[in-house]
Amino acid sequence: MGDLVIRDLCQGFRRDDGSILTAIEHLDLVIHEEELVCVLGPSGCGKTTLLRMIAGLDTATCGEIELDGEQITGPNPKIGIVFQEYSLFPWRTVIDNVAFGLEMRGIPREERTRTAGHFLELVGLAQFRGSYPSELSGGMRQRVAVARALALDPVVLLMDEPFGALDAQTRNMLQHELLMIWEKTRKTIVFITHSVDEAVFLADRIIVLTPRPGRVCETISIDMPRPRDRTGAGFAKFRRYVLDLINQPKCESPDKV
Amino acid sequence: MNRNGGKRSERWLGGAAILAVLVFWQAVAAFVVRDSFILPSPVDVAVSFVSLLENGSLPMDFATSILHFAIGLGAALLIGIPVGIVMGWNRRIDALLDPVIEILRPIPPLAWIPFAIVWFGLTNASAGFVIFVGSVFPVLINTYTGFRSVPRIFVEAGKMLGCIKDRDLIRYIAFPSALPSVAAGIRIATGVGWMCLVAAELFGVSKFGLGQKLWFFYNLHQMDAVVVYMILLGLIGLGFDMVFRYWIERQFLKWRMGEVA
Ligand SMILES: Nc1ncnc2c1ncn2[C@@H]1O[C@H](COP(=O)(O)OP(=O)(O)OP(=O)(O)O)[C@@H](O)[C@H]1O
Ligand SMILES: [Mg+2]
Repeated sequence: MGDLVIRDLCQGFRRDDGSILTAIEHLDLVIHEEELVCVLGPSGCGKTTLLRMIAGLDTATCGEIELDGEQITGPNPKIGIVFQEYSLFPWRTVIDNVAFGLEMRGIPREERTRTAGHFLELVGLAQFRGSYPSELSGGMRQRVAVARALALDPVVLLMDEPFGALDAQTRNMLQHELLMIWEKTRKTIVFITHSVDEAVFLADRIIVLTPRPGRVCETISIDMPRPRDRTGAGFAKFRRYVLDLINQPKCESPDKV
Repeated sequence: MNRNGGKRSERWLGGAAILAVLVFWQAVAAFVVRDSFILPSPVDVAVSFVSLLENGSLPMDFATSILHFAIGLGAALLIGIPVGIVMGWNRRIDALLDPVIEILRPIPPLAWIPFAIVWFGLTNASAGFVIFVGSVFPVLINTYTGFRSVPRIFVEAGKMLGCIKDRDLIRYIAFPSALPSVAAGIRIATGVGWMCLVAAELFGVSKFGLGQKLWFFYNLHQMDAVVVYMILLGLIGLGFDMVFRYWIERQFLKWRMGEVA
């Protein structure tokens, strides 16, 4: 129950010359409730494509995705997403951005502002409620985006390299924050990254994808207690393991298109 | 053009230039041309302005012109915005309407005057129609462009947050996102519409109006009064633009700054 089940998923895009570009091919994956899974793969291997199908924004060319035994056919209130690029509405203040989903649900202003304020506090930005996104740094914008997705209380939170554009320091801080939020809210989190370090630090499980067309190459359980020490021996061991795996022939592209 | 008003010394420069033009104008009118029909001097114009204030119909002219302008611009917004929205939102409607609009758009607004009279007679609506033709296209085109360039990520973020229906997406995502472009279109339309005003009042739709009086005094060969109306038309147009610019900046500066960067 509560699992996200992906069966035999494919996705292709039609190129301009009419040929088909296969982004994802026969991908199988089960993600359990309250699990924090990192999907790791090189740029262009289809990570965003996969996430968009889970989100219901794109339809797969074959296969299916189920959440709680229900097939996903379109955007679904049980699924929240934080995009790779900045996606806050620039014409709304921070608090109104976070409250947007609640507003769409018809929740009265006072109540939704209260809820939104609570989630802003959770990401540590309560004092910026009246600011516009253009007044925030990149890291702050992504935190607001996290709060905005959480405000609707989804079962699954999809995160597409949310910290990819940030400097190492901010990134580390936000990773800590994310773990704290995850422990508090117990969401299922599917976190996409191409940083091995980030994946080892965050994940219960790392799903390593092959280069395009993306398939699951291997799944690695990171059974290390949290908080994890990036400089520790256990961390180094996992990191080396994952790095070796990425360079193995079986996780490399089968056909270099 | 100096958008920020400039430093004080620079503003003095502008004032000095206006003064210099007035002095030069006065000198040329008084000593070179010496015929107030060919070139009324600033003093003639000022005297004429005072007498128009006392005996003329300036308030009625102003009110009538604003009425014509409001009819034209109001209709332009009422039609231009919705049509721009559906064309920007729906590719099929775009493909359907685009050729018609592309053919109508280059026709100069004043070329519609005969039909304005045939369809609306000598009424305020007739003048409004000419102004409408001039101002509807900037509104429509800018609304359309604004809707066309709504970033896909906003629409998708909206959908993921439960904003699914087209109507809601337009209202909560596309329209706010396109609003700066729509507002810029309205500003252009204000300018174009105002320029059509004189011609729209030329053919005698009303007994009053800034444009109507301009022609009236021309026929009386009172060129000093003509200049008074010319200057009024210019200043009111400038006033509209300033108010509008101020409003736009207040509305959008907050959230647009740094957005491009
Ligand atoms: N809408 C689309 N139309 C055509 N091709 C697409 C489309 N979306 C993605 N692709 C192609 O599919 C492949 C996978 O893209 P995707 O964005 O999923 O990569 P990614 O793993 O997220 O990469 P990155 O780490 O750089 O974000 C790429 O080769 C891309 O060019
Ligand atoms: Mg991506």
